[in-house]
Amino acid sequence: MTTLVLGLVLGGTYALLALGLTLQYGIARIMNLAYGEVTLLAAFGLVFLFQTAGLPPLVAIILIAPAGYLTGWLLYTFMMRPLVQRATGKPGKLEVDSILATFGLLFVLQGIMLVLFGANFTSISYLDQGVNVLGVSVALNRLIAFAICLVAGLGLIVLLNWSRWGLILRAVALTPGSAPLVGIDVNKVSRQGFALGTALAAVGGASIAMYQTFSANDGVIFTMKALIIVIMGGVGNVAGALAAGFALGLVETFVATTFDPGLTLAATFAIFLAVLIWRPQGLFGRRS
Amino acid sequence: MIRLAIALLGLVALAVVPLFASEYELGLLIGMATYVALASAWALFSGQTNYISLATVAFYGTGAYTVAVLNESLPYPAVLLCAALIGAGMALLVGLSTLRLSGIYFVIFTFGLAELVRQLITWYEVSITGTLGRYIFLDLTARDIYWQMLALAAVAIGLTAWINRTRLGLALRAIGDDEVVAAHSGIHLARTKLIAFTLSATLITLVGAVASPRWVYVEPLIVFNPTVSFLTVIMALLGGANRLWGPLVGAIPLFLLFEWLSVNFPDTYPIFLGLLFIAVVFVLPNGVLAGLDDLRARFGRRGK
Amino acid sequence: MTLLHVDTVSRFFGGLKAVDQVSFEMESGTIMGLLGPNGSGKTTLLNLISGFLAPSSGRIIFNGRNLAGARVDKIARAGIARTFQLVRILPSLTLLENVMLPAVFGHRAHWGKEAERIAREALEKTGLADRAGASAGDLNYIDQKRLELARALAAEPELLLLDEWLAGLNPTELQEGIKLIESLSGSGITIIMVEHIMEAVRALCPRCAVMNAGRLIADGETSAVLSNKAVIAAYLGDAEDA
Repeated sequence: MTTLVLGLVLGGTYALLALGLTLQYGIARIMNLAYGEVTLLAAFGLVFLFQTAGLPPLVAIILIAPAGYLTGWLLYTFMMRPLVQRATGKPGKLEVDSILATFGLLFVLQGIMLVLFGANFTSISYLDQGVNVLGVSVALNRLIAFAICLVAGLGLIVLLNWSRWGLILRAVALTPGSAPLVGIDVNKVSRQGFALGTALAAVGGASIAMYQTFSANDGVIFTMKALIIVIMGGVGNVAGALAAGFALGLVETFVATTFDPGLTLAATFAIFLAVLIWRPQGLFGRRS
Repeated sequence: MIRLAIALLGLVALAVVPLFASEYELGLLIGMATYVALASAWALFSGQTNYISLATVAFYGTGAYTVAVLNESLPYPAVLLCAALIGAGMALLVGLSTLRLSGIYFVIFTFGLAELVRQLITWYEVSITGTLGRYIFLDLTARDIYWQMLALAAVAIGLTAWINRTRLGLALRAIGDDEVVAAHSGIHLARTKLIAFTLSATLITLVGAVASPRWVYVEPLIVFNPTVSFLTVIMALLGGANRLWGPLVGAIPLFLLFEWLSVNFPDTYPIFLGLLFIAVVFVLPNGVLAGLDDLRARFGRRGK
Repeated sequence: MTLLHVDTVSRFFGGLKAVDQVSFEMESGTIMGLLGPNGSGKTTLLNLISGFLAPSSGRIIFNGRNLAGARVDKIARAGIARTFQLVRILPSLTLLENVMLPAVFGHRAHWGKEAERIAREALEKTGLADRAGASAGDLNYIDQKRLELARALAAEPELLLLDEWLAGLNPTELQEGIKLIESLSGSGITIIMVEHIMEAVRALCPRCAVMNAGRLIADGETSAVLSNKAVIAAYLGDAEDA
């Protein structure tokens, strides 16, 4: 039971991270290997605001989310857009270029964080008194983080499925080639998709900072987990990413409590391998 | 023929250099040879096919760790053979599970692979053997290591040159351009990629094994340093990953730059390297050698 | 001798029947036009034969072997070559290397001088021989089409699938193209050509098959097929609509 509750809480954060990544890859077609670093930057931002400015994390998140959007907007405009332009008419080129460029960005961001915050594990203590949930004592900060992920994730689903903007985003994700025919500015929508994805990464990072220790070297692991969830759920599939995120959170918590916390990444990879061999189009994707 | 002679002469000259070099210079030479070997071996697969492998250090570190574990129980050549076999086995596992599918799965798998191997070894050492960190006591001088590394670099470049002239090379270049056409021409995609990736990864594993005695003390955090993967890719790209001499042209200046940066800016050098990496992707996407060719073509046209 | 036997082959995309229970046979050395309105399933059918897509059901028997669902490269080595509706060349390779690929890896697998000879011959046939060393990325559209055909020829195929290879040519080039296909057909290669240019179909194909909404609605002698009521209806819409 403890595993179940803790796993769901962790899974909520993972699902949120994966949603941001699937937006970036599905809509803007950018494979962002620096995604985990952006997440960590937000986590450090929250800790910094909490420790120096005394800002309560819940308030800080309200600042961090739009800051994430802005960061994503700038990254897309100045870094990704030139690559997109260069790759027109050359299939596969954007994928390779974006992988390489964001791989470079990963080291830049990681370097900046190491200089600013050092390589030590960081955490804050905030609302860590236990609350009884279905007979399990769960720290309040975890529940808040979970609630944030639920709100952001469900908000995104509502936005994508029932709003005009969501319709446009989905149109570009589905057929970027024919979207201009109905008057959609693909460049603008890609930028919005990328920025929105970055904002989700920031919110995910901020909620991680509320209940978990982390260090500047953890980016790769976050990116990796988000990527695997996206693949499990099927690229661009929001509901799939949510389900896969919870699944990964549960498996990981189970492995950590039953076997060894040092084996969680191995568990992630094992799932990845299983998906690759069994259903490469994603657990919830359709066979193309 | 003349090219081959020049290359061999250069190799002999490089082999003689350590007789006149100081200890510090010899260290630099080993570093350069290491990265020339790594970047050339990386480009053997990734440069031709555009399948970006981010797992260099996963294989490199595995090679080093194999030596650390076996150096007291087996003779050195046997240790190297084990390292090569383990590296090849790992590459086959990665390749068989991802290379049937689109390139993105391969990238993702290799992206996390180093971290996975590092965590697995750490877990194994801590919970099964109860130690973290091992010593390598081998009766090898810095010169021996240099010569071995030089030989590996020569093998990596020589192997690439040879492959370029075989069916395998033609198939790899076709795959890099358009896999659909390659398959419709009768190329067995998965097998071709698997062979090249395994060759490349085995060489990289051997580089790690040969380099390891320099450390004396080895632990997972040291040998699985992600900077190695990063440097390898940027070096090959800078010189031109699909050129025979491209990785070498990129590796030497970047290694020296890296040495200088890490001594003078020990905290901030990753930022510089990252920015440099992005600059290479933007300004010289096909590498320096291709850039020079473009310039020559432009001036040639103007001359007429 | 029957070279190709397509036996009740279907391919579904979700609920859409792109190819629906199609059957036909082809004798060795013959040439057949494959017609039909846009979206009728012609290209999908070619993709099923060349292995780019696997059929949902049915058999594709080529030279006595069932190739349905086999890997693309296996089918290529069995002796089936194709061109693509949207031209696909390998831009970073030279023309000669482009054309050598199927000679090296294809049906008969040559290497060295022999592969180069076959590649040069194919370039010769398509009028590209004098540019063998140029980079394929520098070619214009028409020459890219020629290169694609040269590549298909260098495979020394028994069955050649042409997907609107004549589309986009000007009248002079069209005449040259028709002659070229004629000479190929004369040399014993079996050809299926998807084509919208009726002039070419009438000149080249004694036999035609017509598809509509995934089904084969006519198959026979060209002039008879083209005056068939169902075929006219498929192209012009039903009489009531018109």
